[in-house]
Amino acid sequence: MDILYLLIPLSIVLAGVIGAAFWMAVDGGQFDDLDGPAVRVVTDDDVPR
Amino acid sequence: MDCVHCGLPAPDGVRFCCHGCEAVWGALRGLGLPALPAFAPQPEEALLDDAASLARFTRREPDGTLEVELLIEGMRCAACAWLAGQAMLRVRGVREASVTFATRRARVRWDPATRLAAIVAAIRSVGYRAWPYAPGRIAMVEARERRTALRRLWVAGLGMMQVMMYAVPTYIAGEGEITADIESLMRWAGLLLTLPVVLYSAAPFFRGAARELSHARPGMDLPVALGILIAFGASAWATVAGHGAVYFDSVTMFVFLLLGGRYLELIARSRAGAALQHLARVEAASAERLSGPSRHDTEIVPLARLVPGDRVLVRTGESVPADGELEGPASEVNEAWLSGESRALERRPGESLTGGSVNAGRAFVMRVTRVGVDTAASSIRRLMERALEERPPWVAASERAGGIFVLAVLACAAAGAAAWWPSDPGRAVWIAVSILVVTCPCALALATPVTLVAASGALARRHFIVTRGGAIERLAAATDIVFDKTGTLTQGRPRVLSVESLSGCRPEDARSLAAALARASSHPLDRAIADCSDVPVRDAASHRNVPGEGVEAEVAGRRIRLGRAAFVAGLHGRRVPPHVASDATRVWLGDEAGWIATFRLGDAVRPEARQALEALRASGLRLHLLSGDGAGPVAAVAAQLGIALATAEATPQEKIEYVRALQQRGARVAMVGDGVNDAPVLAQADVSVAMGGGADLAQLRADAVLLSDDLADLARAGAIARRARSIVRQNLAWALGYNAIVIPVALAGWVTPLAAGLAMASSSLLVVANALRVSR
Repeated sequence: MDILYLLIPLSIVLAGVIGAAFWMAVDGGQFDDLDGPAVRVVTDDDVPR
Repeated sequence: MDCVHCGLPAPDGVRFCCHGCEAVWGALRGLGLPALPAFAPQPEEALLDDAASLARFTRREPDGTLEVELLIEGMRCAACAWLAGQAMLRVRGVREASVTFATRRARVRWDPATRLAAIVAAIRSVGYRAWPYAPGRIAMVEARERRTALRRLWVAGLGMMQVMMYAVPTYIAGEGEITADIESLMRWAGLLLTLPVVLYSAAPFFRGAARELSHARPGMDLPVALGILIAFGASAWATVAGHGAVYFDSVTMFVFLLLGGRYLELIARSRAGAALQHLARVEAASAERLSGPSRHDTEIVPLARLVPGDRVLVRTGESVPADGELEGPASEVNEAWLSGESRALERRPGESLTGGSVNAGRAFVMRVTRVGVDTAASSIRRLMERALEERPPWVAASERAGGIFVLAVLACAAAGAAAWWPSDPGRAVWIAVSILVVTCPCALALATPVTLVAASGALARRHFIVTRGGAIERLAAATDIVFDKTGTLTQGRPRVLSVESLSGCRPEDARSLAAALARASSHPLDRAIADCSDVPVRDAASHRNVPGEGVEAEVAGRRIRLGRAAFVAGLHGRRVPPHVASDATRVWLGDEAGWIATFRLGDAVRPEARQALEALRASGLRLHLLSGDGAGPVAAVAAQLGIALATAEATPQEKIEYVRALQQRGARVAMVGDGVNDAPVLAQADVSVAMGGGADLAQLRADAVLLSDDLADLARAGAIARRARSIVRQNLAWALGYNAIVIPVALAGWVTPLAAGLAMASSSLLVVANALRVSR
């Protein structure tokens, strides 16, 4: 059971990492427009040169 | 003058008929010529780069780049959005450009070395126009609120899941299976992860509770905040001291579920606000002003610099920048944003235009009469914002009840804790927590406003704009509905009711002949005749307009007159045929040989009126017709629509008396009128609805406006209001029943804090979800 001494602190660190990642995603505006990206796949994205 | 590119007619003094032509012409020239003079930034665009406007519209990002939100005009489809985005990305220095088609907005990030004017010019080079956009108050607040709410929800969710992982082993493990130091480690881990949930996610509850305390008005945040604080405090003490129970799992889950309910509420509000944002979007950001009387120069000015009296060029496909009058030439506009009517409407010189309408016909010149906050679009927006800000009586009542309820809950919790303290102090703490947490004042304090907001959003989508906070509940409670006639049940403008041929020619031929003459006139009766002909109109020459009498013209060599009987008789000298009844407004048509036909005109009943009134009657409302018009037409309309209670020739004072008499007999009266002429009687009624089509919205004194002028929408609005009322009642019933059951159970000590949190949060989710049903 000694592994728990490592795993429990690790789980706290992991929760912090996930929280930070999500925080940045919200700040980056990834959740602002939930409809647009669904449409974007059907538009042509070849860059004309 | 013709368009330089395509040869179609263009307005005087303008080289292109539309921006599309301007763009293509510029691009083609660009292939052969070294310079593109047309797309150098225009003076107005160059102004964007002065310090003041940069400061106003742009944000400076931490990495030194600038970010701006642009409103892009002229986009028709998702491909347009892509094209505009590509155009911006090709400008040197632009780091990021994303265009959202649905909102017609673009977000651009660029190096400060590049000029904003160059980016705007790049968009113009592909045929759209862009202007920096300062988002409206509501939209901005909402976006910030949503981000914060989402963050709080996620922090709470993450904390809840992780803390539950530490809690579950202690629940399922038998005596002695977990060593004391592992259990202590898990408690400390739980404490560490609950800390951000309590300090960050639950902060709104603490702030709310503090506000409630400082106003001495206990609300639903107070028991929530107390519950969280006591449970967390007791658990933290137990962790530090090393003995006693911990409830970190209950605290985090409670916060998470509660925030979930709040997030749902936020979404409901933003859906209702979407109707507002839709109105914000219709306004153009700039206008093309004619700078001289000669019509030879136009300059692009931001909307803010437009003043009444300016003459503005509106090209095909562009939106009308402000309210005004059409100068010419005749064109067609689409007012779908206002009325939902998808067909383009004809507009002739001298007629009024509403800002936000789209020019669906030829390019035209208009004279601006109202700008900025005076326009119809801003008036509607202001009215809706006012309604959302006002505290309707339902909400006020439920908040008062909620305050009393909260005090009772606090007393219960204190009493429960005091009763258990002597026998079992540890148990006393969590019984107090359970009572604080399990009681659910949200049905009282939260669900009612959510229902009303969702209802006003649903109503706005049906072009029924609520302008007063209490209008929905009073509409739901109405027992009698009183209609004005002209402009309400009828269309408010003359229409051809019948054509009688007097010379043996076919009525269609008479219509076509009359329409040929009437086309040149702007008199309402002539307009009605011109509109009634669906057959090809004959060519007429040498029009002569005699004001107050009629029109004369030559058709196929014959001299023909259309107008009053005496005027037409002047051409051939015959008497009016005796068999023609003089019961209505008549227009006569004749040539040198004698009478040709006579047109009977009148105010026609709206086509949808019969069905809509049928629906209103089916929902239990008594219908009244109250009009100042003569007995004949009123009786005709009442008979046609099956209204038994019709009163004609009523003066404004009599109308008020009529409504007051109804109210004294216990009726709740809804009054539907045109909103301007009958303002006093609208004020007397319990709830008033104005037909928005003809009304000056800024002057409006009604509780609600029916923008579409469609009576079917009125019937639907009544149904939505009644549904909102029944949902509010369901929620109140649920709240009473739920609390009546759980409080005794919690007092008895049968509810753990975990179960209490689960029960309370699911109760509030249920209530909010039920409230959202109204918008479907």
